[in-house]
Amino acid sequence: MKQEEIVKKLSGVFGPDVIQSTTEFRGEAAVTVAADRILEVCRFLKDDPDLSFAFLSFVGGVDWYPQVPRFEMVYQLYSVKHRHRFRVKARIDEKPGADPVIDSITEIWPTANWHERETAEMFGIVFRNHPDPRKLLLPDNWKVHPLRKDFPVIGTEEDTPDLPKRAGGS
Amino acid sequence: MAIERHLNDTVHVTNLEWFVNWSRKSSMWPLGFGLACCALEMIATFVSRYDLSRFGMEVARPSPRHADLMIVSGTASKKMLPAVLRIYEQMADPKWVIAMGACACSGGIYKNYAVVQGIDRYLPVDVYIPGCPPRPEALLDGILQLHAKVMKEQSIKNPRVPRIKAAGQ
Repeated sequence: MKQEEIVKKLSGVFGPDVIQSTTEFRGEAAVTVAADRILEVCRFLKDDPDLSFAFLSFVGGVDWYPQVPRFEMVYQLYSVKHRHRFRVKARIDEKPGADPVIDSITEIWPTANWHERETAEMFGIVFRNHPDPRKLLLPDNWKVHPLRKDFPVIGTEEDTPDLPKRAGGS
Repeated sequence: MAIERHLNDTVHVTNLEWFVNWSRKSSMWPLGFGLACCALEMIATFVSRYDLSRFGMEVARPSPRHADLMIVSGTASKKMLPAVLRIYEQMADPKWVIAMGACACSGGIYKNYAVVQGIDRYLPVDVYIPGCPPRPEALLDGILQLHAKVMKEQSIKNPRVPRIKAAGQ
């Protein structure tokens, strides 16, 4: 199925309140959907027999600081059956004093588990109903989110120490 | 050296310190572990083309209890550092450390939040080998420099005390 046909099919099911915008770049389309409807859209993309995106290639985050909404999730999809790809994005706003939140899609594609854990620790995005919300790559004692644009690339002695404080002999 | 001649050259007289040093440098067993891409050059040094066994070092020990030499081969990330220090602590004295490659020496190109800016902040490094990565010849040269250093040590009178710097910070 061609990219514009996928967009058309998606727009026929979901209204403009869900499909916020559509972009095209070098023949690849991407739709930006409302963050609170991401589960519905993903489930449709996977279950619809004409689309059947059974394979989730990648999940990642983008920090668009200082734009508002600040964060963006990107989901790269592939259909083994129809051999077509598609890209879904969702913008997440950062409320003052609260973490940016979006639903976990692990219940649809279990492979999203580790992708979301990495995105969570790197950008500080909280995934609602994630089955295993631990850190993946960073040391457990770190509280910072290094891929945010306002994070200093060399870190700081307080936030990113070489060793955990009082490491108990190691 | 007259005694040797009287015994038909069946004995060799030397001092104890020289003998201890010679034994140590002639079978210095490296710890078989690698941290990053430098480890591949280290593996190439072990196998037959460069043949580290010429220097009594072909036995890479998987257990730190049996190893004498830690070759810090590559980038030490901050998450890996506690494990590296733990392994070093488990090695029996006497023990030596080679910092192999730009990352182990200084952090290399990785001046960022995740990488230790030189393993010598924590481990007492004996030999630094620059390069990104160093070729096997460079590692061999560093090892021979370490052998020369071991031969000069006062292993009996003034033995070295290997110690982690700023441990448990």
